[in-house]
Amino acid sequence: MNQKNILIVDDDPDFLLQMEIILQTGGYKVAKACCRKDAEKMLSLDKPDGIIVDLMMEETDDGFTLCYKSKKLYPDVPIILVTGVANDTGIEFEAATEEERSWIKADLLLAKPVRSEQILGELQKLLKD
Amino acid sequence: MTSLRILGIDDELGMRAGIERALESFVVDITDVGEQVDFVIELAETGEEAVKLITENPPDILLLDYKLPGINGLEVLDQTAEKTADMLTIMITAYASIETAIAATKHGAYDFLPKPFTPADLKHTVRKAATRIILARKARELEADKKRVRFEFIRVLGHELKAPLSSISSYLYIFKDHVMGEEMVAYDEMTERCFIRLEQMRKLIVDLLDMTRLESGEKNRTLVDIDMKQASEDSVELVREEAEGRGIKINLHCGDVTMVGDRMEVDMILNNLISNSVKYNHDEGTVDIAVNRLNDMVVVSVADTGVGMTEEERGKLFGEFVRIRNEKTREILGSGLGLSILKRLAELYGGVIEVESEPDKGSTFTVKLKDAEKKADCDE
Repeated sequence: MNQKNILIVDDDPDFLLQMEIILQTGGYKVAKACCRKDAEKMLSLDKPDGIIVDLMMEETDDGFTLCYKSKKLYPDVPIILVTGVANDTGIEFEAATEEERSWIKADLLLAKPVRSEQILGELQKLLKD
Repeated sequence: MTSLRILGIDDELGMRAGIERALESFVVDITDVGEQVDFVIELAETGEEAVKLITENPPDILLLDYKLPGINGLEVLDQTAEKTADMLTIMITAYASIETAIAATKHGAYDFLPKPFTPADLKHTVRKAATRIILARKARELEADKKRVRFEFIRVLGHELKAPLSSISSYLYIFKDHVMGEEMVAYDEMTERCFIRLEQMRKLIVDLLDMTRLESGEKNRTLVDIDMKQASEDSVELVREEAEGRGIKINLHCGDVTMVGDRMEVDMILNNLISNSVKYNHDEGTVDIAVNRLNDMVVVSVADTGVGMTEEERGKLFGEFVRIRNEKTREILGSGLGLSILKRLAELYGGVIEVESEPDKGSTFTVKLKDAEKKADCDE
């Protein structure tokens, strides 16, 4: 069976480690980037099967920007946008409707902390075809 | 230059002309806040007109004749009371009596100008009103600014305190779900990371308490002669283990320097400077600490051979919760409060903190401190 490649992007080294551990036990191959710039460089070299990206990195909207750029490059690669912000600010958004997906270029939004079953389940759904 | 709008209401043409002449090129200097004020003047003849103009667009200062042909001055004030919380009214009247003054004040007038008055009288009264308006505005701005800063601080603090918690709870979920199987050793790295994040949180709380102590004023200061050599050596001792572990060499150049200060505050200054110089150094790097007295100042300079920073990064350095975030500093733990504490401390000692830096070459932080005045001793 071909292992699927997932790119994880966050400036928090702990989140990278946590996701790496969870995804590896789920049978994925993992690439990590600690900022938007690195992620863009990696995307230009290699097309992953899926991307998990944190919303807030050095700039508060780095996650959105990366989603946008990635979708332009690879429209078919699903993106999960993860955020710890929703709880803090009361900002509520989900990529549930067409309208929201049209400006949030992500396929799914998840709030931190992300449980292993949850992320593995969602990835499986997004990658099944 | 700020412009205040004056509306003058008087049924006598001569009075209206006089008001305009006296005030049209009048400029008030409000030296306390470094502001200059000039005036835009509008004039009207009757109380009815006044009510209409005030309702449409309340002026900053209303010069209001008491006796008007239709409704009088007091009625004008009554009819516009709701609109005019920020408007100062100066009541003009020929019937200068205590009764009219009291009546006018009750109806919301701020000041009182008896007829006949000279241009100098008018200017004096207007200057008083303008000063009051500008000072009140400044006070409001300052209050709003303080609130905003406070709010921003608490917002960021909340975020900074939550980040390690959410990170640790994510690790705990991994433990709970046995993601790595049943062998404890598989979880060692994650356990270690949890401790690091807890340490970061502890450091943040310690810094926060330091900062609160500073903000609460000078109440608990104990001013003594501090042997700066001893104090520096003590601070170096706190980081010696970390420095040796990473092969960083610390040189202390300090003769017999003493300064008057609170030992805890001076320790905070030295600890912050010296621990930063190790934290942001390269492995096998060097730290040079020099303490000298220069006239009335004690100059502490700490030079490292570490990651350094760009000019842009240097500009942001002393803000609260500002951590220079780039690939070189990502793994270094910090609360983002240390330098803002340092800056406050330096200011407390009538001093300054300066920084020179070059990316990848290193940074030199220099703190200049004056002796604290031992007045606290006599307060008791």
